[in-house]
Amino acid sequence: MKRLTLMTVAAGLLMSTAVSAQTLRIGLNEDPDVLDPHRARTFVGRIVFSSLCNKLVDITPELKFTPELATEWQWSDDGKSLTFKLRPGVKFHDGEPLNAAAVKANIDRARTLPDSLRKSELSSVADVEVVDDMTVKINLSRADATLLSQLSDRAGMIMSPKALAAGDFSQNPVCSGPYKFVERVQNDRIVLEKFADYWNAKDYNFDRVVFQPIPDTTVRLANLRSGNLDLLERLAPSDVPAVKADSNLVFAPVSGIGYQGLTINTQNGERAKSPLGQDKRVRQALEYAIDRDVINEVVGNGIYPPAGQPFPEASPYNNPKFAANKRDVEKAKQLLKEAGVDKVKFELTFGTSTTAQQIAEIIQAMGAEAGFEISLRPTEFAAMQKEAQAGNFDVNVIGWSGRVDPDGNIHPFVTCKGALNDGRYCNAEVDKLLNEARVTSDEAKRKQLYDQAQEILQQDLPIIYTYYQPWPFVHSKKVQGFKPYPDGMIRLKGVKFAS
Amino acid sequence: MTATAVVADEAALPKKRSRALTKFLNNRSAVIGGAIVLFFVLAAVIGPYLASYDPIKPSFTSIRKPPSELFWFGTDELGRDLFSRMLWGARASIMAGVISVVIAIVLGVPFGLIAGYFGGWVDATISRATDAMLAIPFLIFAIALAAFLGPSLSNAMIAIGLSAMPIFVRLTRGQVLTVKAEDYVEGARAIGLPDFWILVRYILPNVLPPILVQGTLTVATAIIAEASLSFLGLGQQPPNPSWGSMLNTAKNFMEQAPWMSIFPGTAIFLIVLGFNLLGDGLRDALDPREQ
Amino acid sequence: MLRYIARRILVAIPTLIIVSLLVFALQKLLPGDPVLTMAGEERDPQVLAYLREKYRLDDPIPVQYFAWIGSALTGNLGISLRTDIPVMELILSKLPVTLELAIMAMIVALAIGIPAGIISAVKKGTAVDYTANVVALSGLSIPNFWLGILLIMLVSVRWQLLPASGYVPPTEDLWLNIKTMIMPAFVLGTALAASLMRHTRSAMLGVMRSDYIRTARAKGLLSRTVILKHALRNALVPIVTLSTLLFGELLAGAVLTEQIFTIPGFGKLVVDAVFNRDYAVVQGVVLCTAVGFILMNLLADILYVLVNPRLRHAA
Repeated sequence: MKRLTLMTVAAGLLMSTAVSAQTLRIGLNEDPDVLDPHRARTFVGRIVFSSLCNKLVDITPELKFTPELATEWQWSDDGKSLTFKLRPGVKFHDGEPLNAAAVKANIDRARTLPDSLRKSELSSVADVEVVDDMTVKINLSRADATLLSQLSDRAGMIMSPKALAAGDFSQNPVCSGPYKFVERVQNDRIVLEKFADYWNAKDYNFDRVVFQPIPDTTVRLANLRSGNLDLLERLAPSDVPAVKADSNLVFAPVSGIGYQGLTINTQNGERAKSPLGQDKRVRQALEYAIDRDVINEVVGNGIYPPAGQPFPEASPYNNPKFAANKRDVEKAKQLLKEAGVDKVKFELTFGTSTTAQQIAEIIQAMGAEAGFEISLRPTEFAAMQKEAQAGNFDVNVIGWSGRVDPDGNIHPFVTCKGALNDGRYCNAEVDKLLNEARVTSDEAKRKQLYDQAQEILQQDLPIIYTYYQPWPFVHSKKVQGFKPYPDGMIRLKGVKFAS
Repeated sequence: MTATAVVADEAALPKKRSRALTKFLNNRSAVIGGAIVLFFVLAAVIGPYLASYDPIKPSFTSIRKPPSELFWFGTDELGRDLFSRMLWGARASIMAGVISVVIAIVLGVPFGLIAGYFGGWVDATISRATDAMLAIPFLIFAIALAAFLGPSLSNAMIAIGLSAMPIFVRLTRGQVLTVKAEDYVEGARAIGLPDFWILVRYILPNVLPPILVQGTLTVATAIIAEASLSFLGLGQQPPNPSWGSMLNTAKNFMEQAPWMSIFPGTAIFLIVLGFNLLGDGLRDALDPREQ
Repeated sequence: MLRYIARRILVAIPTLIIVSLLVFALQKLLPGDPVLTMAGEERDPQVLAYLREKYRLDDPIPVQYFAWIGSALTGNLGISLRTDIPVMELILSKLPVTLELAIMAMIVALAIGIPAGIISAVKKGTAVDYTANVVALSGLSIPNFWLGILLIMLVSVRWQLLPASGYVPPTEDLWLNIKTMIMPAFVLGTALAASLMRHTRSAMLGVMRSDYIRTARAKGLLSRTVILKHALRNALVPIVTLSTLLFGELLAGAVLTEQIFTIPGFGKLVVDAVFNRDYAVVQGVVLCTAVGFILMNLLADILYVLVNPRLRHAA
């Protein structure tokens, strides 16, 4: 390998125009799951898909939609159908052409494959119509303001129909992205190489991209520093000062679209029948007991901005009115007094990671000062999921990677039948507002609805938001043009090595 | 063959013991090991009364302070005094080591006794089950058990104890087979003493020395195992300290706050070394071949 | 001899059956729901029901067990719930990695353990004995994951001498492969050196007490010749058998080492699978490890009998 680079460097010196074989190595936080966008669930999987597959539309760093496989799109007047004009001349990695039939096949697969995990995301789709070879029309059973954002992610990724028919897609994924699949060694690497026939090949500068899962943050950073990696995602916040001080590294954080918070069991089984679950004043007291600035400074090293609502500051739906409260122990005690309790006991469940543990310990200490007796219960993630669903918890520390459309950050978590509403909070008024926001496409009207819902949620507090989930990327100095996106994905357009 | 043989053997015991003691005291590494273990056990017992700070309560004004006169070992990521946490953690770590071995012995020795003494299908069943448990890697067994029981220190002890149990079954069984053939045991059987009585009175005492040696060595392994389970998030749980869990947290701060890992790391190293030296010394002292 | 081997193999069969039951029971006991883990944020009841059916999670437990063991006997261990990759394929691709790590670690352990054992036996009771003892025990006493991260910090980050983690197949780049494996092999090997040292020492002491060595010494043969030529040669017999046994332990020790150095071998595969509730992988890998372990034991026993003529008759 070393000899090879030396030779290419030498060759490069001789012919200044020669393009040397360049490999970008990216360190991931964990090993992705199945490489099939319709069946995949992991965040890191989405990162790999960002280079492997194209979607109908993409987003800008400002969270606006931008053409990718579709060059333009048009909503019908009643908001019940969405028509896409496809980009001409696009080829899949196997040479098959992209056309309306391929798009239809993909969206139909996402809706009907028995183990598709995209079903809920596309639940409003009634059918997909091939208008002509390059035009496809999606008909909806109800208006759906979230659809475009769903199609800007896994549900809108288009795979080669021929490869889908082959049956072993997850082993040999074939899409139409800038890089095509070479090999995967589970727990070790996923290798992609440049797709020469990509419609925008000139903007992609690497010959190969290698994704390496390295779960330990210390070891991941060590690999970047020793030159085995060029870019990594999710730096441990404790390493922020060291990275900033290292002149060979570039710290590229971005405020994300996700959040961290505490889900309170308000109506899920027996364990909801506690002062905390039953009395919103107790929950308000807990919120006042927590100092989010301390969490940001002590655990986050300044990259965990306090959150008081599910929408990040960059989102048009963020309302400064609902900014996080400052800590106020007296007020917390006062609220507990009004609620008629002076000691509130509960159990705080969190995933077994150093950061989650630190935050839990801090909340425990802060809560104690206001009259909360908090016991800590670390649980493996896989076990936590089931317990949460079954209502076997008082308070869970949760994190959400965030979705581009505001609906994805709020609807599943607080509506009565929300899939991710573990605390089973249920308020008919909130349901009505959020369901209406779902079908309202006008931004101003939609924001009003969210504001009204938030007004109620701020009082009821089924979820106490703690901080916005940042995406702290780090890359070596030789990587140029890397732009972090709030969705935490890695887009390699325009990224290159310094010459 | 007769009662006299038994008496003669009993008479020999005290002398053997004192000889073993002399040998032990002459073995310098064993004495050093014993001293290290004694030191840490003392620290674990009286340490918490010496701790000048609360080992659990965070102090946000003194985050990750290096060692100083105020904080002898520095402070951790939540501003807690490391020295105090080390003293409290000693208790957790040593208990994790000792209790898990006690669990392993209490469960393992009876099975070994029964298998070795009765033989036949009882022996076959117990031996095959032991082989099976030994065939599954220790740490994987412990991880699965700890995950099943839920992450906590006491569950880690149970998991480590159960995983270490087969060693003691096998060791005891082997010893029993040797002792069983001795004259005095056959004599006891011949005069019709009940099996239970023979097991407890004649066989167990002869089986104990190697168990003691193995137990001491396994305490060392168990302390490391607790640290390893903590590394995977399955050991002692916050905010309570154990050396293993402290080391696990500290690994994220190896550069920013090296003292956070140096002290618990060194403490684990020393006490495990101590138990190993002690175990080796005991083995030499109790080994009849080396007289 | 053949009868002995045949009997040993017969005895291994019930052990394997118990192992398979244990492995199956262990992963059934793990908390959580593999289907919820697989489905992520999708909670469509139809999807969950389909997944449950696809992986036969609704079948009665005995049916699940016999279905698994039945197809395992034909060499089919199912597919990974996380990545769709067949478990057999995963095992075959991870096995060489762990074997390489184990062999290199064995070399480290032998290189430290045997000399230390010989020296401390020859110089029994002297300061040299104690020093060798402490050095060998140190490797066992230092927490592996701490030593691993210390080495990464020092050797890879500060001195930039060796790669920090990962694995490169020897077919791709032999030199880089060796460089990558040095630190993990060292960490794993040092932990085992103490066992080897203990046994070498006691084997050496046993041989040196024997009559013919005493005679040789009495005849005035040079001490070094006696030690190397006669004593060591005889002491090597139990050491070789022990090494075979220790190999099984190495496979187990690799679990943590692979986790630290992100080596895509058996240990990392199974630990990740436990945490991801990828039960097909957990079952398959642990079963294979156990088979390997039992085979190693068998081999050790046979070796032991082969090199010990006295035991050949007893067997």
